[in-house]
Formats: sequence, C-alpha cells, structure tokens
Amino acid sequence: MNPGGLDYNYEDWTTIMNMTAKTSVLNLTQEEFIYPGNRACSGCGLSILYRIGLKALGRDCIFVVPPSCLTVMQGLFPIAATQMPVLNCTFASTAAIATGVRAAMKRLGRDTQVVAWAGDGGTSDIGIQALSGALERVEDIIYICYDNEAYMNTGVQRSGTTPQGTLTTTTPLSGKAEASKNIPAIIAAHNPAYLATCSASYPLDFHDKLLKAKEIKGLKYLHIQTPCPPGWGCEERMTVEIGRTAVETGLFDLYEIEDGQMKLSGPSQKLLGKTSLRPVREYLEMQVRFKALSDEQINVMQAEIDQKWAGYRDTF
Amino acid sequence: MPDPRFKILTSASTSGPGDAGRTGSWRVERPVIDMDRCIPAKTGKHACHLCWLYCPDNVVSKDLEPTIDLEYCKGCGICAQECPAQAIEMIPDADFIKGADRE
Ligand SMILES: Cc1ncc(C[n+]2csc(CCOP(=O)(O)OP(=O)(O)O)c2C)c(N)n1
Ligand code: SF4
Ligand code: SF4
Ligand code: SF4
Ligand SMILES: [Mg+2]
Repeated sequence: MNPGGLDYNYEDWTTIMNMTAKTSVLNLTQEEFIYPGNRACSGCGLSILYRIGLKALGRDCIFVVPPSCLTVMQGLFPIAATQMPVLNCTFASTAAIATGVRAAMKRLGRDTQVVAWAGDGGTSDIGIQALSGALERVEDIIYICYDNEAYMNTGVQRSGTTPQGTLTTTTPLSGKAEASKNIPAIIAAHNPAYLATCSASYPLDFHDKLLKAKEIKGLKYLHIQTPCPPGWGCEERMTVEIGRTAVETGLFDLYEIEDGQMKLSGPSQKLLGKTSLRPVREYLEMQVRFKALSDEQINVMQAEIDQKWAGYRDTF
Repeated sequence: MPDPRFKILTSASTSGPGDAGRTGSWRVERPVIDMDRCIPAKTGKHACHLCWLYCPDNVVSKDLEPTIDLEYCKGCGICAQECPAQAIEMIPDADFIKGADRE
C-alpha cells in the first residue's frame, strides 16, 4: 500500500514539514486540492502554481479571486475544479473583500487563511488602491499575484507589468512603448510583513514560501512570474523551461524581504557564485512576443541585468 | 436569523473533475513513458517524480511506474520536456486512433 512511505495524510505531512527545512519532490504531499479536467490552457504556468500552492495552503482557507484566468481555472458552474471555497469579486475590490472575509473569520473565531489570488492586471493596474489600503492597515491576509505579464484571459492586452517592447494585441506592431511597473518594489515601500518573488518553474520554492507566509501575521505578498504559452508565443512544453531561463539569465530574481531585509532565494542565490550568467537573448528568442525587439534594445536590457547583478555581488 | 430566501439567491458549485469536459480530447500528442528508462521504474526506488511535480493538470501518478490519466491529460508535453532521463515520448494521438488496438 505504502512502500515508499510517501502517502502521508495532511496532518502527518505537516508534522514532517516542520521537521525538515525544505520540501522536496519526495516529501511533497500526494493529496490534491484541484481536480483535472479544468478549463486552463494546455501547458499553463498558473496551473502548476495553483496545484502546488494549494498543497502548501491546505484545506482551511478561502480564496478571493477577481476576473482573470484563475476565475476560469478554479471552476465554474455546476462543477468547480477547486476543492476549497472561492469567492469571486470585482477587479478593484480584491484586497478589500479579502479584508472583509478575514474580519468575518475573526468574528467566527476561525483561523481560516484568507488568500487573495489575482493576476498582474488585477494587481498592478486595477486592484492596486485596494491592495495599498490593505497593506497600510496591515490586514492579516496572503496576497498572491501571478504575473503572466498581460491581460491574458481577455486575449493578451498589455498591462502595467508587460515588459517594454513586448508584442500584445494592443501593442501589435512595435511592442509596448513604456517600461513595466516594478510592483514588488511598490509593495516593498509599504513595509509588508513578508514579501517574496517566485516563479512557476520553481514550484517547491513557492510552496515553501507559502508555508512561511502562513506563519507570519500581517499582509504577506507573493509575486510570481508565470509563463503563459498562448500569451508569450511559445510551445506548451516550454513553460517550465522558459521560466527557468528567466531566472538563470538573471532577468527575474527570486528573493524574500523580511523586516526590510532582502535575501536572494536558492536558484537566484546560486547565480552569485557565477562569473557570467546566460545571455538574456536566450530567454527572449524563446518567445514570439519579443520578436519586435531590436539588437539595440536587447543590448540595453543585457546592460541593465549586468549592472543589477554587479550591485547584488557587492551587497550579498 | 437566516433569511430563507438566501439559498435561492446564491449559486454554488460542487467540486469535481472535468468541469471543462474530457480535456484529453484537446490533445494532439500523448505522452508515453518508457519504463526501461524511467528512474523510479528502473531502480524500484522512489526518486525523480518530476513529471508528477510539473504536470499542470495533475494527471501523472507518483508511483514507481508512473501512470498518466489520458482521460484528462491535455498533451502539453511539459513532462516529456522536464524528464531528466528522456523517458517520455510525445506520440501523435492519431496513431492510436487509427490502429486496431485503439484504447
Ligand atoms: C471592471 C472589469 N473590467 C474588465 C473586465 C474584463 N476582464 C476579465 S479578465 C480580464 C483580464 C485580467 O488580466 P490579469 O489580471 O492579468 O489576469 P490574467 O487574465 O492574465 O490571468 C479582463 C480585462 C472585467 N471582468 N471587469
Ligand atoms: S491564457 Fe495563459 S495564464 Fe490563461 S489559462 Fe491560458 S496559459 Fe494559463
Ligand atoms: S520524469 Fe522521467 S524519469 Fe522521472 S519519474 Fe517521470 S518518467 Fe520517470
Ligand atoms: S505534463 Fe502535460 S502531457 Fe504530461 S501528463 Fe501532464 S498534461 Fe499530459
Ligand atoms: Mg495577466
């Protein structure tokens, strides 16, 4: 029945988790909190995150989800893929609704974790004032932003986090003219209890950051780079590979900020020891959305990454 | 006091598989695992299981000989791309439909 000792029930597994520092593929629970046959695209990066993230959060939580691909993936009516309760809200109100749900839980004397889970459009553009308010009030919630770098659910329109030069359906010729907003930096300026960046290609890193967030009081913000094959213009099988390349080229960094202190996490931390990183061109050439970038633009990007990492090497 | 009309005004779903139908029908290619190459199958010990970890649709099992639920596998090929032993091959689904040994 259980030859490898892998079939922990959730309580056993939580105890084991508290003993070991890091979750591995082998001790990650086999219990699933989302059913297959949901409406996400084939090869969706969000699907990987959601599936593994739910394993970290456990059953005692309520999700608050604004319009996004997650609204579709979580399940519609009459069958829903998610096994936990999900409250769908309007775009601008995600963090405000999560605040209200947490207050209701408090009134009922329940520790139920309230998790707002929104896209980049819902976070960086439309929901930012409610999130800023919740940060300022130090609400006790987890806020997850999965950043697929455009409004994907409605057909790939550019968002605040779409990188400069990216082709989208609203920037179809020469790509987005403006630079992207650095949302984690905006959140960090609010001094949250915990802030972390993650990638869909490193689901165990995300899993363990969520376990940590669950133990911290106050607003915990996680920002996750999330490859999206139809929106980024890549083959479905490349989802994990592309996210990994973003980290290994030093373009997207995995880090945590606690008590105002920034710390690089595992996969990014490892890059500090390297004299040179993979060129960012490798990442860009994997995706059709970067086809409009000129050599000059790519050189500027590379120079910015080199400068950022020179700074990291001095700091860490 | 709970309002007896509340139920009428609320829509709620029950959780279950297949809210998008049999998503296996979206597939163009299906993953086929070569057990002679697969690390846990070959060694008889739990190891690797990366296909289980990365499968976005949770259709790979964490068994010594991993199995794939083709009813719902969307055929993305991430498992094949990430398998460190190159044990998974993506084979056109049409090959299986045409043959006499259709599953
Ligand atoms: C107020 C309002 N404006 C527009 C929409 C239409 N809409 C639904 S999902 C979506 C895209 C959301 O983008 P993002 O938050 O990045 O999530 P993603 O779809 O990329 O997962 C939009 C514009 C809406 N539902 N409500
Ligand atoms: S559009 Fe992108 S993020 Fe949305 S379900 Fe499809 S792959 Fe996932
Ligand atoms: S990833 Fe490959 S080697 Fe690892 S368990 Fe799956 S099939 Fe076997
Ligand atoms: S990773 Fe993709 S192809 Fe492989 S089993 Fe899962 S859904 Fe099917
Ligand atoms: Mg988006």
